[in-house]
Amino acid sequence: MDNVKAIIEALIFVSDLPISIDRIREVLGEEVEKKKIAEVLATIRQEYEARGGGIFVREIAGGYQFRTGEDAAPWIKKMKAIKPLALSPAAMETLAVVVYRQPIMKSDIEQVRGVDVSGVLKGLLEKNLVKMVGRKDVPGRPIIYGTTRKFLEVFNLRDLTELPLLKEIEE
Amino acid sequence: MAYEIKLDVFEGPLDLLLYLIKKNEIDIYDIPIALVTEQYLEHVEIMKTLNLDLAGEYLVLASTLLYIKSKMLLPVPEDEEGEDEEDPREGLVRQLLEYQAFKEAALNLDKMSVLGRDVFSRGYSVKEESEEEEIPIREVGIFELVEAFRNAVSEAGDEELMEIDVEKISLSETINQIMDELNTKKMLAFTDLLGGLESKTRIIYTFLAILELMKMRVIRAYQTVSYGPIRICLAVGE
Repeated sequence: MDNVKAIIEALIFVSDLPISIDRIREVLGEEVEKKKIAEVLATIRQEYEARGGGIFVREIAGGYQFRTGEDAAPWIKKMKAIKPLALSPAAMETLAVVVYRQPIMKSDIEQVRGVDVSGVLKGLLEKNLVKMVGRKDVPGRPIIYGTTRKFLEVFNLRDLTELPLLKEIEE
Repeated sequence: MAYEIKLDVFEGPLDLLLYLIKKNEIDIYDIPIALVTEQYLEHVEIMKTLNLDLAGEYLVLASTLLYIKSKMLLPVPEDEEGEDEEDPREGLVRQLLEYQAFKEAALNLDKMSVLGRDVFSRGYSVKEESEEEEIPIREVGIFELVEAFRNAVSEAGDEELMEIDVEKISLSETINQIMDELNTKKMLAFTDLLGGLESKTRIIYTFLAILELMKMRVIRAYQTVSYGPIRICLAVGE
């Protein structure tokens, strides 16, 4: 396979969701090594980066995806008549608590924010940014929450480590 | 009519307290409790007059503040040996700092290149937005039917002649009529069935017939979009 680069680029283009290295290897066959795929991906990324055009290859939620540059946003919105994903400050705060403290119980989120978060949390669950990840092994077995893969996709993140560290509280 | 008014939108009692601390340029580690409590209560009072439902959460913090204030007024007993008394404000300060950190984190999150706002991927966000409209056809329930019925009745006009027993309509006859029509046309618009009818009695009978047929699961009602035209077809042959 001499044209691996072209094929991988095409695969990213066609994929609806970020495509992972594993998935690419599954498609290309075992003989193509992961390392090789990673190298090719890096090259493709650099090429788009260097070109500085309207689209870029981004590493999102453990996969690769074409995304537009930020400059084009107003025009894309106009063309598609998209109303942007709107999250209220309350939703952002709640999301931030879940992001940095997950897995976390609802009562702990409320402890941090000082308000009832039922409604906001429900909204985040509906938007599929937050999910139930299990139940805590304490009396009442309360539900614990964490962020979803969709959260990474929406916030343009490779993984959670890409987020800045929470400002530690000085003692 | 309840008016919801938000002043300098606060996300909760801690947010309000942080705001007061910033506004007064206070050192968060050395909060003048008396001053802050006074201003805090003033704000709560304004909020209360504007919106009585204002959450008890604000009152909880108010009582915490008052408790701290009273505790700080009491002299620290001197005969107790050893370490310094814990500052009564310490717990609150910790909570405030934690909240502040998350508030900042939320702002940072908001600065990310959000999909569907700052950046776009192929088809992705569009699909997200139009998810609901994508369903081409959906079965309608009784309420949509009733709504359509009301529209038909209101369009029929008020000039009803007050004559009793002008025509004798039977439900079974109407049912047969509808079935006949459906057998030839396969699909009918709800408004076609009702719209052409002049008298309210007929509309009502037709409507009852449709309900009866739906109950017997002989026909089905569909619509393509919410509030769109309702179509009726035979349930058999699907």
